Amino acid sequence: MMELVCPAGTPASLRAAVDAGAHTVYCGFADDTNARNFPGLNFSRPEMAEGIAYAHARGARVLVAINTFPRAGDEATWHRAVADASTAGADAVILADLGLIAHAAEAHPGLRLHLSVQAAAANADMINFYAATFGVKRVVLPRVLSVQEIAAINREIDVESEVFVFGGLCVMTEGRCSLSSYITGRSPNMNGVCSPASHVTYTEEDDELAARLGGYTIHRSAKSEAAPYPTLCKGCFKVGPRTGYVFEDPASLDASELLPALAKAGVCALKIEGRQRSRAYVAQVVRNFRNAVEALEAGQPMPAGMLAGLTEGQSATAGAYNKIWR
Amino acid sequence: MDLTIGPIQGFWDADLWSAFYARLAEEPAVKRVVIGELVCSKRLPFYQDRLPEAIEQLLAGGKEVAVTSLALVTLKRERKMTADLPGLGLDVEVNDLTALAHLPDGAQFSVGPLINVYNEGTLRFLARRGAARFCLPPELPAASVERLAKAAGTIPVDVWGWGRLPLAISGRCYHARYHDRPKDQCQFVCAEDPDGLAVDTLEDQKFLAINGVQTLSAQCANMAHALDRLRHLGVSGLRLSPQSTGFFEVIGLFRDLIDGRIDAEAFSEQALPHAPGGSFCDGFIDGPSGVAWRNQIPA
Repeated sequence: MMELVCPAGTPASLRAAVDAGAHTVYCGFADDTNARNFPGLNFSRPEMAEGIAYAHARGARVLVAINTFPRAGDEATWHRAVADASTAGADAVILADLGLIAHAAEAHPGLRLHLSVQAAAANADMINFYAATFGVKRVVLPRVLSVQEIAAINREIDVESEVFVFGGLCVMTEGRCSLSSYITGRSPNMNGVCSPASHVTYTEEDDELAARLGGYTIHRSAKSEAAPYPTLCKGCFKVGPRTGYVFEDPASLDASELLPALAKAGVCALKIEGRQRSRAYVAQVVRNFRNAVEALEAGQPMPAGMLAGLTEGQSATAGAYNKIWR
Repeated sequence: MDLTIGPIQGFWDADLWSAFYARLAEEPAVKRVVIGELVCSKRLPFYQDRLPEAIEQLLAGGKEVAVTSLALVTLKRERKMTADLPGLGLDVEVNDLTALAHLPDGAQFSVGPLINVYNEGTLRFLARRGAARFCLPPELPAASVERLAKAAGTIPVDVWGWGRLPLAISGRCYHARYHDRPKDQCQFVCAEDPDGLAVDTLEDQKFLAINGVQTLSAQCANMAHALDRLRHLGVSGLRLSPQSTGFFEVIGLFRDLIDGRIDAEAFSEQALPHAPGGSFCDGFIDGPSGVAWRNQIPA
């Protein structure tokens, strides 16, 4: 059966995900070592150990994401996170930074290493390099590849591949984007945040609601409409005489209909984005995806409309998995 | 302070491309040139046959020449392009780690600004593999630049000195999307905007610029006012990013600035008419955000 890798922003979400049928849960420490460094989210050291024990007791695995790029002069914070994840019994750590991967491979030879989507390993040569150099066992593929390209990569690599199937969608190659720090001073790579809420303002002007990020207008919507969160690559902008969603609509990823194709492409694990989401949301998405992978395993059709109502009241897209998206 | 001319980020007409490198070869202020295709593998066939002559001219002009890798390698032909780079016999500037995978053991190489060198561990790993020069990611603050320059020891470290900043790379082509074309049938429409196509907010704030699969800053980075500090931090060179007009005036102004003939105020006043997008930024180095110019966020 394809492995379901599910998000947990809190210990309660971890338990909810495990109880709902997650094979694997991923989470991070409550600091800037992980790429969902949001207020009130993530795990203390004791919470991590308890969460891992809870999952292990129920046959589930826990991966610890330490997938920001360590600050110069402060690498010890990231090294400590790797050591503490190992001590807590993590089944693997998810890393992006070359230096941190080199450190983990050397200092923790028994620890399983997964290559984060933030490492942007988008072809077999780079993936094989990480496998040969550091013994990386799994790669989370960047969201720039079509299903066909994923299949071709899997034919040329010996490590496992994991792909995102549901939740937030990055339009840019992750780990290679500094749009957020350009506008707000805080970025996914350095701070574990994109378009941070601390820099968002909503202002009523005439009959419209202006959503701004760092003072830059990302959307204007009629007061009667739902205003999307001003993620900067999903805004409405002007280019020449035209106005529109230059980079991407305010859409989220839903590749649930592609599960059979992804299985055929040799993908071994399916990742659900959303460590910032509620426990109830996580439980429902996990339950639905668990039903889907079980149906797939049994050779039955996918449950139809299984995720309706969960795509943030927004449109959903299969992103780059369909080549036409590009 | 050495001046390195980075690879052309936009898609230029082949004759303009050739004339640019012929003139660059004669430009005494430039020490080093990085040439080749950074952004889109589909552009390369339009000028590939001109590369040997341009490289020869640059070498004859006394320039050090490096050839860049693509910024994002996915397709088969891109992997082959990347694998072929070491065979050119030139210094390879790695801008996607795929290129590192193809370098023979022990070979020297350069590390470009699109490689995530955020800390000493990464820098040391690359140095052990043969990195002989670094251009740091533009996103880094002064404190990181200082620590990395120190960790590099005798290995020269450059920072981005001039030009629209390379902020993101994607699988999606924004030029094709803007013109309602699939990426595979883009008809090379990015050639209409050799220095990028401006993206403004609904309130006409200058925001970003698109260049095919790449997203650039709307503002032109200009590190003139940080020059003395960068020297003090241990930075040994500035990277200037080519633009289709006014670039040689900018090079001349940088030489005047570095040699002390003009100060940063005079530099910025005289360089502003040549800045793509018509405004400056230098905020990544000490905040509050990348778009800031001399610590002020544009109104």
